[in-house]
Amino acid sequence: MPNNDAGSAVRTQKLTRSFGDLVAVDAMDVVVAGERIFGLLGPNGAGKSTAIKMLTTLLPPTSGTAVVAGHDIRREPADVRRHIGYVPQLVSADGTLTGVENLLLSARLYDIPGSECRERIRESLEFMGLTEAARSPVRTYSGGMVRRLELAQAMLHRPAVLFLDEPTIGLDPIARHAVWGRLRASRRQYSMTVVITTHDMEEADELCDELAIMHAGRIVARGTPSALKHGISPNATLDDVFTKYAGASLEEGGNYRDTLRTRRTATRLG
Amino acid sequence: MTLSAPVAQPLGWAERSTAARFLRHSGAIAAVELDKLLRDPTEILTRAIQPSLWLIVFGEVFTRTRAIPTGSLSYLDFMAPGVLAQSVLFTAIFYGIAVIWERDLGIVHKLLVSPASREALVFGKALAAGLRALTQAVFIVLLALILGVHLRLDVGSLAGVALVVMLGGALFSTFSFVIACLVKTRERFMGIGQVLTMPLFFASNAIYPLSMMPNWLARIARFNPLTYLVSALRSLMLVGQGASTIPLDIGVLCLVFVLLLLLGARLYPGIAR
Repeated sequence: MPNNDAGSAVRTQKLTRSFGDLVAVDAMDVVVAGERIFGLLGPNGAGKSTAIKMLTTLLPPTSGTAVVAGHDIRREPADVRRHIGYVPQLVSADGTLTGVENLLLSARLYDIPGSECRERIRESLEFMGLTEAARSPVRTYSGGMVRRLELAQAMLHRPAVLFLDEPTIGLDPIARHAVWGRLRASRRQYSMTVVITTHDMEEADELCDELAIMHAGRIVARGTPSALKHGISPNATLDDVFTKYAGASLEEGGNYRDTLRTRRTATRLG
Repeated sequence: MTLSAPVAQPLGWAERSTAARFLRHSGAIAAVELDKLLRDPTEILTRAIQPSLWLIVFGEVFTRTRAIPTGSLSYLDFMAPGVLAQSVLFTAIFYGIAVIWERDLGIVHKLLVSPASREALVFGKALAAGLRALTQAVFIVLLALILGVHLRLDVGSLAGVALVVMLGGALFSTFSFVIACLVKTRERFMGIGQVLTMPLFFASNAIYPLSMMPNWLARIARFNPLTYLVSALRSLMLVGQGASTIPLDIGVLCLVFVLLLLLGARLYPGIAR
């Protein structure tokens, strides 16, 4: 059972990951309260994806740890996995399968009882506006539809915490707003905590209740979007916030590999 | 504030039993793989070309020349199980490319954050590869029958052949999976796959008996799982072959498969990093 020592869905303790000499995430201490949409904002290469991979148990920390949905990621990774959902930045829906088949795979891997399975799949397809496309191969979907299907897959087992790595990368404005709308609605409906990474200021501003700004593996500022902006000046943008705390612009940063991956995802969804 | 996410599910017997969960997760993975195979069966057909050439061209010619001493068996009889084993090997050895493909997409990440155990996921893929190998077996057995190979056709023998073929397919696909997890890129994987297949094939008893080999090669062949696959298939498929080596053959295949499965499950998470 996910239990909440102090009402937190995620609590990291000096969470650190290095790759050789590079410290990708540096002693991260962050608490995410339940039922919030929490954003990790920063440029490519700031360590956001690495942080998410540790929190979802895909990557073991070099040191430190975190408690996610009431379970320690190092000591109880299997329990963590049972109570979280994850949509990676890359495209995780299988293009050769139909929407229903993708959902069925998730249902089976998450031990959703057969009796509930069909109803839940029907419901989630309807909620995500995919009922009509349910039996078409996913490779015929638009980018926005693929993302919504991936959300449906990640939420089918009603996770306590949902992790999304760059959820709207490569989507056009209409598709982005549709994804945001579904996220807000499902957070309310399922009392779910959502943790996203983004390098997009509009997404951080509009979608997130709370932000942590990351730069070079460290959290340099945190707070609600408006508090962060007003802390600088009445007309400040999040980019100004970032520039103040990190001494660089959000638009900078990232390396060849990040760029390659981002473009690849964008190409697949676009 | 409390986290009131409705994640509590009443657990039935099937959820409580670890073995049942394992099999359900493996079954889910295998079902997906088979769906894909059936949706595009061209692969099954193209995979049948190579063994046909071996049997029809190579087999027929060497049966006539009698260059390879195969005791009481005709050469075609001798090589038919070898060609089947070879086909199982060649089909399975490139199976790992799918994992690299799934890694370049985000499918591996999706599977690895699910509560299914890594062993169950790898076993599911092995199961699918085993069933895929079975489609080859059906074709090759029919072709051998047409060419007049003296096959055992009782239900027990055929079931034994089916099981051993699946075991072989599972073993070599998991071997391929392990390599894919180690090398992680398509280019390196294809290179290594090419380099491995021929030595595995030639350092085995698939198309000539161990007794014909120079000592050093025969010694290597005894460490080659393909040799045990061929030996088991030869005993099970052909009329008049003793069954005495079958327990050893199947025992070795099972042991190697389980070791590869455990190794694969250990290496699998590394591919998502």
